[in-house]
Parts: sequence; structure tokens; C-alpha cells
Amino acid sequence: MLELQNICLTVSDEQEGTKEILKNINLKIEDRFVAITGPNGGGKSTLAKIIAGIRQPTSGKILLDGVDITNMSITERAKQGVSFAFQQPVRFKGVTVKDLIRLAASENLTTAQACSYLSEVGLCARDYIDREVNASLSGGELKRIEIAMIIARGTKLSIFDEPEAGIDLWSFNNLIRVFEKMHEEINGSILIISHQERILNIADKIIVLANGEVAKTGTKDEILPELLNGGGSCRFYKGEC
Amino acid sequence: MDAIQMSLLEQVAGLHEVPEGAYNIRANGESAGRNTTANIDIVTKKDKPGIDIIIKDGTKNESVHIPVLLSQSGLKEMVYNDFIIGENCDVTIIAGCGIHNSGDEDSEHDGIHSFFVGKNSKIKYVEKHYGAGDGKGNRVMNPTTIIEIEDGGYMEMDTVQIKGVDSTNRVTKAKLKNDATLVIKEKIMTHGTQFAETNFEVDLDGENSGTNVISRSVAKDDSRQLFLSKINGNNKCSGHTECDAIIMDNASVSAVPEITANHIDASLIHEAAIGKIAGEQIIKLMTLGLTEEEAEAQIINGFLK
Repeated sequence: MLELQNICLTVSDEQEGTKEILKNINLKIEDRFVAITGPNGGGKSTLAKIIAGIRQPTSGKILLDGVDITNMSITERAKQGVSFAFQQPVRFKGVTVKDLIRLAASENLTTAQACSYLSEVGLCARDYIDREVNASLSGGELKRIEIAMIIARGTKLSIFDEPEAGIDLWSFNNLIRVFEKMHEEINGSILIISHQERILNIADKIIVLANGEVAKTGTKDEILPELLNGGGSCRFYKGEC
Repeated sequence: MDAIQMSLLEQVAGLHEVPEGAYNIRANGESAGRNTTANIDIVTKKDKPGIDIIIKDGTKNESVHIPVLLSQSGLKEMVYNDFIIGENCDVTIIAGCGIHNSGDEDSEHDGIHSFFVGKNSKIKYVEKHYGAGDGKGNRVMNPTTIIEIEDGGYMEMDTVQIKGVDSTNRVTKAKLKNDATLVIKEKIMTHGTQFAETNFEVDLDGENSGTNVISRSVAKDDSRQLFLSKINGNNKCSGHTECDAIIMDNASVSAVPEITANHIDASLIHEAAIGKIAGEQIIKLMTLGLTEEEAEAQIINGFLK
């Protein structure tokens, strides 16, 4: 279980002065599939980076299964069981897809084992396993490889930052199936940042983050109808909450 | 051969013992072993140090190893090796130089390798440079490669210098006739106060000749690198040169590509990029459980693979 206690992040800028990016976030993530949604600039990606250790909060505590990980490095958190799929995956010249999957699984996988992870995200493994993770791969292909790495890690907390961004409609249908399958099989929690109704639809719990605050948490039946009334009438998007 | 020489041999040629096929091993300025085959002859030059490697027409699937090993501190040598390759051959040539300098005097190996590639022959030339030893003496290598490729010939040159060479000045000059192709792949990593200069010049003289010169390098610590690449398109031809470098610490890298088209149908491209390892690459690998140092090593290994 992931627990966030009083997480705040304040940044100062010479022109704009101090700005609160995250304001006193308190959350318990214990369901298998939790989605965070909310308007752009609301602090979703920042919160994900704080959990993965890429950014440090100004104050507050992060507990993973009761262990305080607030002051742990990215590496230590990864070893404690945190995985993070980037919104914009990184390219590496000369490093192959197989290299990355092996590093993710942290064991010397056979090619067949590495391929099975690629097949899960709908990539024809034989075509990709020896490809370099360089500019020759499209954004959508990279996103799927990124997801395959998280599946290969199989840790107790998997965070996805907008996995649907940059994926075409046809691939998106497959992506939903990937997440449905993960939902069934995972031995831990999935925390997913998404704007997509179909992803929110498979979530056990939805958190709405707006203006750096938790605006609402609840089941999809409680949250979705209000979100889907349209951005224009949604009070979260209007900042009335 | 002693243990130090065997270890150099393994580093530069990947060999644990004397190779099969044709070979000539030069150790501390003297011949330490030679084997010729029915198709490949090796003859000592009479007028200057070095050998002629003569490969008969139609020689296929054979290899030649010509490693050079220096383990005596203070030794300086200049060697001339000529490769005369007949027509319709398909041969792999593995050269390499290893210097183990545990003394305080500089050790230096300079070599001029000349290749005459016959019509429709296919040559793969692999060259590795390696330095070791804890002495204060510098380990210096200055290889010059002269290449002439006849009609329809193909040559691939892979050069690697990963460790321990303090100073290197590589010069490669090539002339290509009709339908000839030259592919050069260079990999360099420098550290400490090392200096590496590479200078490629390819003349695309023949119709439909083509070349691809690719350099990947990593410069660490206070080391310096200079990459010069010049392609002259003198006929209907295609040429591409690419330099991609990772810079770290206080290192310095210069890339100077130069392409000249002297013919309306010459198509030439140059690309050069120098930059540090992207912070997000390191972060990504750290989220997989690697430490910062492991992530860096992984990125460099992949880049130079």
C-alpha cells in the first residue's frame, strides 16, 4: 500500500514568486487499479514523479507498505518496488529493446522470455527484440515498450503517466486490453494518470487532482458522471471545488 | 610468447592461441609466428620493416590475422604492411595492436597499411587498439590506412580503440572506382589526458561509388578528440559521414565534417552531434533499479556496441 501524507511542493520563481504545485496531498492507494485524472497543470505528473523519487516534495511523507521512502533515491525506491512508465519514453542509441527488457526484469532473460513481454503489449516480438531504442521507433512503439518494461518488472506499485498519449486509436483498443489484463493479474497496485474514459472505466478508484489538490476521490460511479458532463459544466474543471 | 603478450593478443584479436588460417604475429619488433595458406601468402619486405600479404584471385571465406604486440617499454617502430587482394575474393583481415607499457619510456607503434582491393572483391578489415600497463611511459599508436578499391569492390573497415592508448593520430585515405563501396565504422573511448585524432578522406572517383563513414565516440575526464572527415564526390556517387559523440567531465570533442561535390550527380550528406548523456536516460535506468554509475556504464556500452 502506498500512503502519501501531507505532500506539499512549493517552487519559487523570480518572476512569478512562490507557487504551490501540490497542496497538502493525503492519499492511500490500496486498490488494485487507481486512476488519477484532472485538468492539465493540476499536478498529476508532478505527483507521480514525487512518488518515483524523481522530484522531492517540500514537505510530507511517502510510505510504501509502511516503509518511509521519502528520502530514498530513485534507485532505492525502484528496488523497494516502485515502477514508473514515463509519459514521454526516452530513446537510447545502441541500446536494444531486449537490453531494456532484461534490465527491467533484472535477470538474464532468454530471448523467448523477453519476447513474451513484447507480445503482451501487442508488438510482434521478432520484429522488435533486437531493434535499437532510437529515433527509428515511433512514439507509439516506444510507449508500448515502456509498458512492457513495467510488466517485466512486476513490482508492487506500477505508475503510468498518460499511457494513452501519442497512441493511435487502433493501438488504443489493444492498450485497454493490456490494462484490463494487468488489472486481473497484477500482484500489487497500478496507479495510472489518464484522461481517457475507457481507462477510468476499469479503475477501482478515481482521484481527481485539480490545482494541486485532491478535489475528489471515489468509485467510477461516483466520479465519472460528473466528469463526463463535459469540461464546460464540470465544477472540477471550473475550479469551483 | 609470454603471459603479457598472450593477454594483449586476446584483447586485440580475440584469440587465446595462435589462429587458424594465415597469420603473422609481430611481437616487440620481431616476427613471432607466421602461417601461410595455398591462397594467402605473407612475405617479409626487403627494403623496410613490414610484410606483403598477397591474396590470390577467387579466395573465399578465408581470414588473415596480423596482430602486433609491444610489451617492451621504450620501443618505437614504424611498419609498412601491404595487402594485395586479387579479384572476386571474400576475405576477413584482422589486425590489431596491443601495447603493454610498464616502464617510464614511451612505446610507440606506427603502421601504414595499404589495401589494394581487386575487382568485385569483398573485404572486411577489423582493427583494434588496446593499451595496458601501469608505467609512466605513454602508449602511442599512429595508424595510417591507404585504400584503393577497384570496380565493384567492397570494403568494410571496423576500428575500435576503447582503452589505454594515450595518443593516437589515425589517418585513412581512400580512392574508389566504379561501383566500389567503402564502409568505415569507428569507435573510440578516451579518458585521462588522452588525445585521439582521426582523419578520414574518401575520394569517390568512380560512377556509382559510395561511402559511409560512421564514428561513435565517448570522451571522459580531461581527454580530447578531433574528428575530421572529408568526402569528395567526383562522379555520380553517394557519400555519408556521421560523427556522434558523448562528452563527459572536462573532455573536449571537435567534429569537422567536410563534403565537396565536384559532379552534378554527387549526393553527399554529413551529420555531427556532440552532447552529454541526457539526464532523463539516467533517470529512466535508475527507475529500473540501476545506480547512477551503472546507468551511465549501460548507456556508454550500448552507444559503443
